[in-house]
This record gives sequence, C-alpha cells and structure tokens, in this order.
Amino acid sequence: MLIQRPDPIRPSEITSESVFVKRRALLKAALAAGLLPGTMARAQPVTTSTLGDLAAANGRLENVSPWADNPSLATTPYEYVTEYNNYYEFGTGKGDPARYAHTLVTEPWSVEVEGEAENTGTFTLEDILRPHALEERIYRFRCVEAWSMVVPWVGFPLGDLLKRFAPTSRAKYVQFFTLNDSEQMPGVRSRVLQWPYREGLTIEEAMHPLTLLTVGLYGRVLPNQNGAPLRLIVPWKYGFKSIKSIVRIRFMEDQPRTSWNMAASREYGFYSNVNPDVPHPRWSQASERPLGAGLFASRQPTLLFNGYAEEVADLYTGLDLVRNF
Amino acid sequence: MTRRQLAWLRNAIVALGLVPLAQLTARAFGYGDLGANPVQVVQHTLGITALNLLLLTLTITPLRRLTGRSWLVRLRRPVGLLAFFYALLHALSYAALDLRFDWPRLAADIIERPWLTVGFATVILLVPLAVTSTNAMQRRLGRRWTTLHRSVYAIAALGVLHFFWQVKLDTREPLVYATILAVLLGYRVVVSLRRRTQRAVAQ
Repeated sequence: MLIQRPDPIRPSEITSESVFVKRRALLKAALAAGLLPGTMARAQPVTTSTLGDLAAANGRLENVSPWADNPSLATTPYEYVTEYNNYYEFGTGKGDPARYAHTLVTEPWSVEVEGEAENTGTFTLEDILRPHALEERIYRFRCVEAWSMVVPWVGFPLGDLLKRFAPTSRAKYVQFFTLNDSEQMPGVRSRVLQWPYREGLTIEEAMHPLTLLTVGLYGRVLPNQNGAPLRLIVPWKYGFKSIKSIVRIRFMEDQPRTSWNMAASREYGFYSNVNPDVPHPRWSQASERPLGAGLFASRQPTLLFNGYAEEVADLYTGLDLVRNF
Repeated sequence: MTRRQLAWLRNAIVALGLVPLAQLTARAFGYGDLGANPVQVVQHTLGITALNLLLLTLTITPLRRLTGRSWLVRLRRPVGLLAFFYALLHALSYAALDLRFDWPRLAADIIERPWLTVGFATVILLVPLAVTSTNAMQRRLGRRWTTLHRSVYAIAALGVLHFFWQVKLDTREPLVYATILAVLLGYRVVVSLRRRTQRAVAQ
C-alpha cells in the first residue's frame, strides 16, 4: 500500500510568514545551485497560484489562514479521517478508498459549468481557485451511518465561486457531479449506485457562507480518498451530500436528482439535514459514534443541523423537516 | 473414527471456533488495533462469525449424506453451541457498547427497528436449541427434539435477513449468505421430496 500517512499538522508546524519569505530565497538558492528541477522556477505569487503550486512537495498547503469562527473541538486523528471513508467509486468497504484511490488522476483537472448562469463553460482547477484565499475551518462531520468526526478542512466559501458564474434568476438549485471513470475508479464497474455520483443543493444552501468548497484537510492537499482535488463540505448535512472530486456544476430551475435518493428514496431525501429527531427508516439518528473515540467510549448525542442550527435554521423556516428529510 | 479421535476433533473445533474472539480481544487490548470505529468492528466480527457458524452447522447433514461419514453429525453440537455463543456476544456487544445496558432503550430499539427485532429474535430463538443440546435432553424429548431443532432453518433465515437490513446499500455480501442458505435448505427439500416419491413408489 503506497498511501502516505503523514502525522497531523501541529500549529507549531505552520510556516510563519517570515520563514515563508525566506523559503523563497532558499528555493532560489537551491535552484541556482541546481538542486531543484527548473519547473519550480515558475513559482507565482501565492494568491494566484494553482493547487499544485500552492502545495509544497510534501502536499502541505501554504498561506492558509484560520477561520475566525473555528470552534475549540478536538480534531479526529488524520489517519482515521483518511483511512475510514465512504467513496463508492473505489469500493464500498471503509478501507477501500484509501487502498485504491491512488489511481485517481487529479492533474490536470477541470470543471464544467452549465445551466442557468451567464458565465458557463469549462474551467481549469487553476481558473477556479485563482481569486480565492484559503481558510482552515474546523467543522463537525456527521455520516448518515451515525459516525462522526471533526476535521480541519481547507477551502473557501462555495458561494464566492458560484457568484463568479453569475447565476440567473432562474437558478434555484445547483447540481454537482463526481468524476465517472472506470479506468481510474474500480468501484464504478459495479452498479451499487447510478454513476456519475450526483448531489444537489438549493441555491440558498449553496450560497450559505458555511458551505465550503474544499481542497485540503489538516493543512495538506486533499488525499484522493477524501475527494481530491475539489469537494464540497456542507457541515449541517449528512456526509453523502458533501460530494467529492467535482467535475461538473449545473445551475437549475428544478430540484436536481441526487444519487442516494435515486438509490433509496424512502431512506435518503434531497435535504438530508442532520436531525436527531428524524430517524433513518432502519436506524436511529439520535446519537453518533465519534471516530477514534475507542471501544468503550459512549455515543454522543447528535445535534440538530449537526450543531449549526444557529447559522442555518433560517434556511428552512416553514419547511416540514420530517417530510422534507 | 474412534471415540478418542472424535473427542479430539471436537476439542479442536472449539479451539478453532474461539480464534476470532481471541483475535478480537487481542486487537482491542493493544495487539494491533480495531481502527477508527472499533465498536463496529467488534459487532460485525461477532455477528458474521455467528452467521458463519450457523451456516456451518447446516452443512454438516448434507456433508454426512454425501460422504457417508456418519460420525460428522457428532460435530454438529460444538459448532451449533459456538454459533449461539457468538450470537449472544453479538447481541451483548450492542447492549453493552452502544447502549451501556440502558434496558428501556434496548426494549424500545427492539420494538421500533425491524432489523433489531429480527436480530434479537434470532438470538432468543437459539436459546431453547442450546439448552436442549445435551444428550439427556435429546433422549428426553425423543422425536420432538428433531422437530424443535429443525427451527434452526428459520433461525438461520432470520440471521441472514438481519444482515440484509443492516447493510446500507451494497447487498452483495448478504446475498452470498442468502445463496448459501438457499442451497443448504434446498438440498433438504430435494432429499425429502425424493424420499417421499420413493416411498410412494414402494407402496
């Protein structure tokens, strides 16, 4: 298994700005000395670089500022966040993505934008990321299977990107698609779900400042099994709404179809907001098992909207959350 | 097969049957680890071992008939008791690790969640079979013993159904179990039908 398993980044490890500047000088010196390949010489100012350039050779993202609202929550160990995954394109076992996702090719990467917007077309990952400053946000993550984790994601608000495409007044929903390539993704050869994987949000949900377009975790570029190079994190919804490895974004007037709803509409609704009072038809959602808590730790109660009720509850005023599960 | 060899074989089966539990215990207490979601690993391992052993008890009779080795039937009790042991541990692991012995909640869960209803029914229905597995009980119950122990066919089906309802979407693994069970039960149907026609012909 050729999965890199770096230790979690500690705050003390984050490169300070002064060192960062010096690093540049160091790089120049190294280049001059012929210690580094010439391609590195094309390093651009950080605010306008691609993900590849942003990431140092060890996959660490540079120039990430901490989010002002970061909670003081203990984060789930890096190895659990990156080795216990649901990414059915690489198999249905929790360890399958970490085992098989190395075949995913994330460079070059482009995203098609279509539908009810003025600036549609194909955009490279560089086009997408260029104007946005990266933030590290510590979010709770709750899987519909009743396990949870706390992850320091790196990204920027999805809304900031969507605005650049100038959605029209008819854009009431946004649909997202994951890459669907059987050459790179052994799991899509089985028909567990209908491929490509697709997800959707209302335009208000998509524009909500908590909705994060994510490129990294733990200060590093997203590992393939976590949805590299570009994924969504919608922290108040069950994990499957946070679509991975996005290749297509579509603005729509009507509610889009979503993969889990297509597979089992009785069990997975369009909204799929975390809600302890609305059980899954087969199991309770009232509590959850935090990953890495150990064999004898007790379950912890699940919070309405995964603890983000204060921020997002007004998106759903007047909506029957039981019927619109 | 001598009596002594048979006793040895049965002990070996019990020892072998305890290996999954020993492995799990070792992993839980620091020799290796149980990963990100240890409770799930413990519950799944205990449950799948119970189901494996339950299907194994059902393969003994066909195997005996196909090979003509009648002593095979003497191995059925230890395998069956091991299956019960794992099923019991599986249920206990849910009550202990997930519910911390919150009995009212366990009762509510069993009533509300068909998957748990079926799971607990499987374990409870195995109790009379385990209790009546001794030679003395077998003698005392006579023909009724056979009838009682035939309920294991339905119990195994409940176990497989419990597995089906537990998986989120990918039913391939429970389907394998269902197929094996169907073959094992189908074999018995064929044998009994054939017997009936033979009897009819003889008359």
